[in-house]
Amino acid sequence: MTEVDARGASAPLLEVRDVAVRFDGIIALDGVSFDIKRGQILGLIGPNGAGKTTLFNCLSRLYTPTTGDVLFEGASILPRPAHEMAALGIGRTFQNVSLFSRLTVRDNVLIGGHAHTTSNFLSDSLRTPSSRATERELEETAADLIHYLELDEVADRPVAGLPFGWQKRVELARALAAKPKLLLLDEPAAGLNHDEVHELGRLIKQIRDDRHVTVLLVEHHMGLVMSISENVVALNFGKKIAEGTPDIVRKDPELIRAYLGGDAA
Amino acid sequence: MTEPAKSLDKVAMTPRPPAVRPKSAVGPIIFLVLLAIAIVLPFMVKGFVVFQLTQTMVYAMAILGLNLLTGINGQFSLGHSAFYAIGAYTAAILIEQAGMNYALTLPVAGVICFVAGFLFGLPALRLEGIYLALATFALASATPQILKLSPLEHFTGGVQGIVVTKPDAPFGLPLSGDQWLYFFTLAVGVVLYILARNLVNSRAGRALLAIRDNPIAARSMGINSSLYKASAFGLSALYTGIAGALGAIIVAFVAPDSFTLTLSIGLLVGLVIGGVGWLPGALFGGAFLLFVPNIAESVSKGLSGAVYGLLLILVIYVMPSGAAGFLQAIVGRFKK
Ligand SMILES: Nc1ncnc2c1ncn2[C@@H]1O[C@H](COP(=O)(O)OP(=O)(O)OP(=O)(O)O)[C@@H](O)[C@H]1O
Ligand SMILES: [Mg+2]
Repeated sequence: MTEVDARGASAPLLEVRDVAVRFDGIIALDGVSFDIKRGQILGLIGPNGAGKTTLFNCLSRLYTPTTGDVLFEGASILPRPAHEMAALGIGRTFQNVSLFSRLTVRDNVLIGGHAHTTSNFLSDSLRTPSSRATERELEETAADLIHYLELDEVADRPVAGLPFGWQKRVELARALAAKPKLLLLDEPAAGLNHDEVHELGRLIKQIRDDRHVTVLLVEHHMGLVMSISENVVALNFGKKIAEGTPDIVRKDPELIRAYLGGDAA
Repeated sequence: MTEPAKSLDKVAMTPRPPAVRPKSAVGPIIFLVLLAIAIVLPFMVKGFVVFQLTQTMVYAMAILGLNLLTGINGQFSLGHSAFYAIGAYTAAILIEQAGMNYALTLPVAGVICFVAGFLFGLPALRLEGIYLALATFALASATPQILKLSPLEHFTGGVQGIVVTKPDAPFGLPLSGDQWLYFFTLAVGVVLYILARNLVNSRAGRALLAIRDNPIAARSMGINSSLYKASAFGLSALYTGIAGALGAIIVAFVAPDSFTLTLSIGLLVGLVIGGVGWLPGALFGGAFLLFVPNIAESVSKGLSGAVYGLLLILVIYVMPSGAAGFLQAIVGRFKK
């Protein structure tokens, strides 16, 4: 069962409140605010260096905003450390895949399930019944996801040798193994060809529908973002410059200017 | 079973593989064959060789501990001679001054070393790579001197060290003292190895591997890396400390100068020879650590250090990724 916070199902899952991030000299994010509703796919777009990945890093607590707040299910995530985000329900993939490169695909996905299982050195060394039950649960989830993302044929290979596109799928499987409520995808279409992008779009929608995951999607591939997102937020130089449905945002003059009349139109 | 629905074309065209991997039988068979050899071996060789084999297993256990830290968790240590020393002195003091049964000193040494390793691991969290190497180097350098300190002399025996009473075979078993200690060490070693292997093949152990391969992604997967890294230090020290305690019992003597930086470096050499990250490699590393200096000495007394260095370079040249990579290559060739 998905838990719903006290304010009811219609309350936003995630609220980004006036978040600013400064690295010495650079303002990477400058007072960004937006909400994500449960079950939504929200596209986050903007030119290179706009601050999209920086925002992701705030949401997964790898960065701490200089000012502002981030609420997940109504509560601030800022008092919590990065390693609690997975258990809270925030999962992610990385822009330049960030896998456990010497381990197999299966091990990577097994590790994805770390947050919602328990065991310790002693129970695992002794293979206690509870440790065995945990392993069985993790193995089943991993086998499911490996199959779901069509990774069966490479399941027991080290990820280091796989093509980039496959590695991205492994990352997706790993993120899903944590059973996230909110999934942050950082440029999942990078390096994919036209057909693969199309397939990815369907996969993301399908994941949202099957697994009740809310998706925040960072993507440069406008065709993909505009076709699957219910809402789009556009950033430029750390500021939000547009927000709304794809139809509204794609006509936004400031966004078109930001892309120099490029592929946003 | 509640299975997530799949879109039509995603529904398995291929038969669904079993959820749990079938376990290969090759590993356990090799393990049992080696165990059988290990059991008959002490009846085939002379007493001193039995002692040497026991010492090999003790080193292997210490290297196994270092492997859990360095090979599995990616943390470097030049300080493991300190944990070996703590284990050895714990056993020696408890046997000689508290009259404790030698077998019972092992868990005590393990717990003390776990705590010591964990506490050392906490500040070490702030250190990476070369800085961690320096901090552990300091630990190794300080250990023999601390053991010699006069305020501690009452317990440690100062420079003289402690002579430890060598136990006999219990229950009237028809075994020599050396043979008995061989089997005792073998039993402890087998148990420690199985526990380590279980750990590495399950959730908590995979968390250690995850931290080694990608610390940031590990945190994002919900792994509390500070806790795991400090615990890895503790666990590693526990293994090496139990090895130290066994070492004290089989050698029947402890003294500060047995536990210098040279021992730490020896363990590191053993780790590399066996294969970093491959648990059974510890046995190869232990054998190297014990026998190669002896071989070097027999080649030339005056130049034994140089001969040892030469042999080391030769071995690393022949098997650049240790026994692990070497055996893998051989198996690979057979499979073709
Ligand atoms: N750790 C950091 N230290 C200093 N500057 C940083 C750091 N991380 C990001 N930046 C800077 O913050 C700005 C925003 O970068 P960010 O990676 O968030 O952009 P992005 O929108 O993800 O771009 P891209 O589409 O190229 O991935 C850039 O100017 C970048 O150089
Ligand atoms: Mg980015």
